[in-house]
Amino acid sequence: MNETAMNETAMNDLLDDVRAADVSRRSLLTYVVSAPVLTVAAGFGVNLATPSIAHALPLPLTPPDTVDYYDIGDSIVQTSLPTMPLVTLTVGTDGRVRLDLPRLDSGTGVATAVGMMVAEEMDVALNSVDVTSADARPELVFNQITGGSSSIRSFAAAMPLMAAAARARLINAAAQQWGLSPSTLWVVAGVVFAPDGRNVAYGELSALAATLPLPVNVAPKPVSQYKVIGKRATRLDALDIVTGRKKFTMDQAVPNAKPTMLRMPTQIRGTVVRVNNLGAVKSMPGVIDVVVVPTGGSIVPNPPGVAVMAETFGQAWTAANALDVSWGDGPLKGQSNETIQATLKAAILPLAVPPLGALTVEGEFQFAAATHAPLEVECAIADVRADSAEIWAGLQTPIVCQQSIAADLGLPQDKVKVHVVPSGGSFGRRLFWDPVQVAAQVSRLTGRPCKLMYHRANDVRHTRLRPPQYHKVRATLLLGQVISFEQRVAAVRLDARHGFGEMFSAAAGSAPPSVQQSIGNLAYEEVFFKTMVASPYNFGVGTKVLTPVPLDMNTVSYRSVHIQPARSVEEIIVDEIAKKLNKDPVAFRLEYLRLERAKAVLRAVAAAGNWGKAMPAGFAQGCAVHQETRSFTACIVEIDCRVPTDARVTRATIAIDVGTPINPSGIEAQMQGGLAESISLVLTAGLHIRDGLPLEGSYSQYHFARMKHYPKDVQVIIMPANGGAIGGLGEVGLSAASGAIANAYARATGTKPRSFPINFPIDFTPFPPGALPDPVVVPL
Amino acid sequence: MPNQTFNVNGQPVNVDAPDDMALLWVLRDKLGITGPKYGCGINVCKACTCHVNGKAVTACSTRVGDVKGRNVTTIEGLATGTTLHPVQQAWLDYDVAQCGFCQPGQIMAAVDLLKRTKNPTDADIDAIQNVCRCGTYGRIRQAIKAAAAMMP
Repeated sequence: MNETAMNETAMNDLLDDVRAADVSRRSLLTYVVSAPVLTVAAGFGVNLATPSIAHALPLPLTPPDTVDYYDIGDSIVQTSLPTMPLVTLTVGTDGRVRLDLPRLDSGTGVATAVGMMVAEEMDVALNSVDVTSADARPELVFNQITGGSSSIRSFAAAMPLMAAAARARLINAAAQQWGLSPSTLWVVAGVVFAPDGRNVAYGELSALAATLPLPVNVAPKPVSQYKVIGKRATRLDALDIVTGRKKFTMDQAVPNAKPTMLRMPTQIRGTVVRVNNLGAVKSMPGVIDVVVVPTGGSIVPNPPGVAVMAETFGQAWTAANALDVSWGDGPLKGQSNETIQATLKAAILPLAVPPLGALTVEGEFQFAAATHAPLEVECAIADVRADSAEIWAGLQTPIVCQQSIAADLGLPQDKVKVHVVPSGGSFGRRLFWDPVQVAAQVSRLTGRPCKLMYHRANDVRHTRLRPPQYHKVRATLLLGQVISFEQRVAAVRLDARHGFGEMFSAAAGSAPPSVQQSIGNLAYEEVFFKTMVASPYNFGVGTKVLTPVPLDMNTVSYRSVHIQPARSVEEIIVDEIAKKLNKDPVAFRLEYLRLERAKAVLRAVAAAGNWGKAMPAGFAQGCAVHQETRSFTACIVEIDCRVPTDARVTRATIAIDVGTPINPSGIEAQMQGGLAESISLVLTAGLHIRDGLPLEGSYSQYHFARMKHYPKDVQVIIMPANGGAIGGLGEVGLSAASGAIANAYARATGTKPRSFPINFPIDFTPFPPGALPDPVVVPL
Repeated sequence: MPNQTFNVNGQPVNVDAPDDMALLWVLRDKLGITGPKYGCGINVCKACTCHVNGKAVTACSTRVGDVKGRNVTTIEGLATGTTLHPVQQAWLDYDVAQCGFCQPGQIMAAVDLLKRTKNPTDADIDAIQNVCRCGTYGRIRQAIKAAAAMMP
């Protein structure tokens, strides 16, 4: 199949989806118009959502790369589309516009960006738009998963049309009220005006508008008329955040929900054999109940532990540490970073034999497990009754959470209400709902609403990890040209049993929860890898192959899970090839990059970042370039390695091309966040697994960057809108920054970085396995 | 159980709690004041930063018995009515927050710094230990400097 045919097939599939969506929309409208406010449940008919297929085709010499044509984001965009008409946009009688967004905003800014699309098309001020997180809505099927940097890509297709339809309906209501033609009316800031000076606010029109038929042939604004999109906007929840009013899961006022903490085993997935002092702990101050979390779990296993419910978290923590528990081993007993890396190395598939006379540039790389470590630990509230249940949590996949909890509790799915609460970070962690499983079981067993919060030590040690990885790379050079680039990756298998966010695909990826590496999960994982990891270079025969290794570890996707390691490795090898060929790293990249947009971001940072400037001894620049989820980035950093064990990134220049920028402030924020995360993952943040448990247990041990590690000179260049489809943003910011940091480190120190994080001593006293640290008291 | 009397955000409060209970749990679990966040419990992430008599403390590591008769200020008490503190305003102006979870603590730490040092240097700002997992450090630095310029 050639590229054109592939694009046409994708387009036809999309058209079919839109036609199917149109049918659902019509049936839905008969329901929603009975509401006293205007609820627009659809918008697209003739105006087809823009497919996110890359406009620029690869150069003629380019080897085929799946991700140029179809990536994981495309799959979510396309599977989301059929149920987009079910997403509701409401205009209240108070004139406020409310979008109940079936996505989790964990800090990424998706709610603000989608709100901007609404404000733009409806001609209302952004501060009159409320974007809430929709409860689990199983009728949305594949359209309620937050992941793959796909949220804005998905909504860019549907939201402008839905909002434009709402605006048209409100104008029609005003026209009917005044006996004028709709075409003579206009809107300013949510008020409809007539040429004779009459005006009426949206809020006063919403009831009438709700009775009117959906307008046809509504077109969104041309880009040239944009007033909101492309301009800097502050997060919608910024005022709530700075005043302390933003309510996270543990801040929800659920009546009688009682603080609950866990003691967890001495090893990952260890077992609770026996609690030896249950009675004594139950009688401790403030303690309400102590229960062992039962085994089970309908898609993934319940996390093991002993739960203590108390009047306060402090009392639950003290009592949890007073428990005397006999623990059983977990499946990683005896395993350490060293044994895991040896297993991964042994699983690597062999590389091809280079031709006679060729030069090779090779490397073997290892990446320790990493933890997401969002500031908000794993937590959930569950209120389980005899015939119903209600859940509050930050969830990237609320539908499959609802389905699995219903199955766990033996309740019909519609008796489990799942509220999605914006979370304090996620980075992929909340694709699974482990704390909901625990809270539901504790609530069921205690007969009380359970407010479960992991201690940070458990959050680091016992939740899901970015899988450890081992990479083997060989680039082959013939007559001064790169003719092949092979990369073999072995990684601890990535748990993907959340599927596409609902039971059908989750169940397909699932076997009994005790079985980690089912055929379904393996297939998913390889599809994820194939649809995420690509090379931006024209390196002749290029292959990247993943071998998932079925070690029984808690894993989950992570921001750019396979991509950040795989692409960082490639960027490191690219520098080493350039060096071997005596070429400047930027010039070499420009020679071999396949796509003009990749070259453009690299040129932008090379100019703005003063590439090639003289640096004192111990300092160096490093560069890298990256493409992911249809976005392009390049980065140049400067590093201070005078003390290599305390390497500091001192300056970063980053360019980002997302095709069509929505919120420049949000785009910069994601790139700045990607930089902080890259500084951490490349230089200092990793987990030492020893005898089946990470030694790290808090931020004093897991070294995520702090203020002093973040460079004081950071410039983010947002490439102007270039007509490209909107690309993903949440993950693309890692790989160029990571590659640039590693390359700068290599140049400053004259070493070849091969093991990440680079500076990885055990510079702390680990908390005892199976215990929580005692509270710290700082006298005033 | 001992009775603990102190002021929170200008209001006298009276709670039954043992002296050694951490202020964080008294605020969150007994008084329903949820601005200070739990992030570690052991004084290393600083997400629960509040002020006691105007000085920054981590509520997770401060015994409630130690704040008897003192004035506790949380993020909820920082603004004067609807007038934001200059640090809060700077946080809005620079669109600092991403997820927002660490930001109450970041803001309280910044206010404390500006009380001690009218025009903080980069080194002063580098000494702030509060973890931000989203990576808003650059904007925090800018906002602190802007707030310093705004403050009387």
